[in-house]
Amino acid sequence: MAEIQIRNVAKCFGSYQALHDINLTIADQEFMVLLGASGCGKSTLLRIIAGLETQTTGEVWIGGRRIDHLPPKDRGIAMVFQNYAVFPHLTVFENIGFGLRMQKMRNDEVTRRVTRTAELMHIEQLLTRYSGELSGGQRQRVAVARALAMEPDVILMDEPLSNLDALLRLEMRAELKGVLAESNTTAIYVTHDQVEAMSLADRISVMHQGRIVQAASPVEVYRDPAERFVAGFIGNPPMNFLPARNTGAGRWAVANQVFDGPDVPATALEFAIRPEDVRPADEGLEARVRLVEPLGAHLLLTCDVGGAMFRAILDSDMTVRAGDELKLAAMPDRIRWFDPDTSLSIA
Amino acid sequence: MSDTAVLLPDQGQTRKTGRWLYAASVTLLCAWVIVPLYFLLINTLSAPETVNSFPKSFVPEFDLGSLTFFAGFQGMLTALKNSIVVAFLTMVMSILIGAPAGYALSRFEFRGKEAFRLLILLTRAFPLPLLALPLAVMFIRTGLDDTAFGLALVHTTLAIPFAVLITFSLFSGIPVELEEAAWTLGCTRLTAFTKVVLPLILPGITASAIFAFVISWNEVFAAAVLTIENRTLTAFLLQTLGEAPLHLKFAGGFILVVPALIFIFAVRKYLFAMWGIANR
Repeated sequence: MAEIQIRNVAKCFGSYQALHDINLTIADQEFMVLLGASGCGKSTLLRIIAGLETQTTGEVWIGGRRIDHLPPKDRGIAMVFQNYAVFPHLTVFENIGFGLRMQKMRNDEVTRRVTRTAELMHIEQLLTRYSGELSGGQRQRVAVARALAMEPDVILMDEPLSNLDALLRLEMRAELKGVLAESNTTAIYVTHDQVEAMSLADRISVMHQGRIVQAASPVEVYRDPAERFVAGFIGNPPMNFLPARNTGAGRWAVANQVFDGPDVPATALEFAIRPEDVRPADEGLEARVRLVEPLGAHLLLTCDVGGAMFRAILDSDMTVRAGDELKLAAMPDRIRWFDPDTSLSIA
Repeated sequence: MSDTAVLLPDQGQTRKTGRWLYAASVTLLCAWVIVPLYFLLINTLSAPETVNSFPKSFVPEFDLGSLTFFAGFQGMLTALKNSIVVAFLTMVMSILIGAPAGYALSRFEFRGKEAFRLLILLTRAFPLPLLALPLAVMFIRTGLDDTAFGLALVHTTLAIPFAVLITFSLFSGIPVELEEAAWTLGCTRLTAFTKVVLPLILPGITASAIFAFVISWNEVFAAAVLTIENRTLTAFLLQTLGEAPLHLKFAGGFILVVPALIFIFAVRKYLFAMWGIANR
């Protein structure tokens, strides 16, 4: 059992507060992705869990044991770094076996485990090479194998794929998911790439300015963003926002239309809809098309709705040109509402 | 190259002149350094009679007479031994003190770090003759005068700035993630250093040690002031320079220059690294 509990963790660098009161529980064998823009504190949080950084306040528990005062080697973790950190003076074999040798494991057991993890990562033919003779993708495989060979309770990954080229990243992503699912370890994965987060995670923690703004399954984060920030961060392009005016009895005026919304006393809310959740129709939001970008399967339209920018993704068999007037109907069950003061979602 | 085809004639001319000037300057600079060394070599490898005669030959005779005479000269071998002992002590001490300072400079943030780096270099700006007299007095009081260790202390002071700066650049060249990876794989700060960092910087440390050796080997002023009986080779040669025969001077010079030359050549890559100039 390696459940991770982060309790009231905060971190200050001098007067700058990098993390504010983080509380997060990661279940045993869960794949948790920390997602956020650079500088949001996701790497700092990971490094605190690893023991490479010390929290200013708070506690970290792994498997029912408080570990935040222990050095990294005693925490039962293994880590994969963004720049691979493969030891250049050792062969691939000795790199993978490094942690095992530190545990004073018997020679034949080291050989057995190294061979097995190398096969798992498809690098068994590289065991005698040095890091200088490997490509970026191969180094990344060595780094992952080195972490897996430790058979850790928890594996921590800090943007492990961001130094790879796009195609390789896609391939490694799928492979990582498979390997980690089989290894029965709890994984925490830091990335700024939302597609990577979506495809890998059991649960995503979206971080913003040193806080976790939402921790939920990928679909939930996408469909039901808890905060306006999440709605505007996830999705490419992200959600559209339009100002809504209360017309009473849970009816809200948005641009030229009136929608059913939450029955709250506020005078103004924000109406939000994903670009792919609108359809051209006879009745709907009046949109003037500014830009048309054909993306193959879809057309990405940048329009003007009631003076605000609005993006729509339509089927590419439509003929639309810049300057056209369209009516876009929003799918009622996909509409979300946000409080403009608190930025929180209103159910 | 394809672009030479489209060059106008006068451009080609300018380029040719430039290249000629470049070659001439390089030749001149090389000659400046190599010619005296060549004379030193010829005279060292000639019989004492040839060295003292005239006109000079431009090809060495490969006669070991001068060197044999040098080796047999009273006190010369002791001085050579002293030089080696002092240089060795300097080498060990400057690495033991300099390398941790270099590590600290590259890995930790602390107040006054930049000032510290500058001050380290400034120790070289302080003229040794100014220090020599008080040092000699202090050494006599503490009994360090005329000992290899005492002289090595002074030479260590001279070598430390280089040891610190060279090791600083070496440590900075090693990504901190390598150490962090080692920590997560079961290392303490110390074992991560010995198992990961040390093997990677060992060639550089060796270079830095050799450089310290050369600094001590070449140093003459402090050696002449602080030793009387246990003179190093430089101080001994300086002392005997006046009355010694010409071939002895040549042989002594040769013995001094050659190790320094070989060592500096071996570590040139790291000397460039010290100033942040990439090799090649």
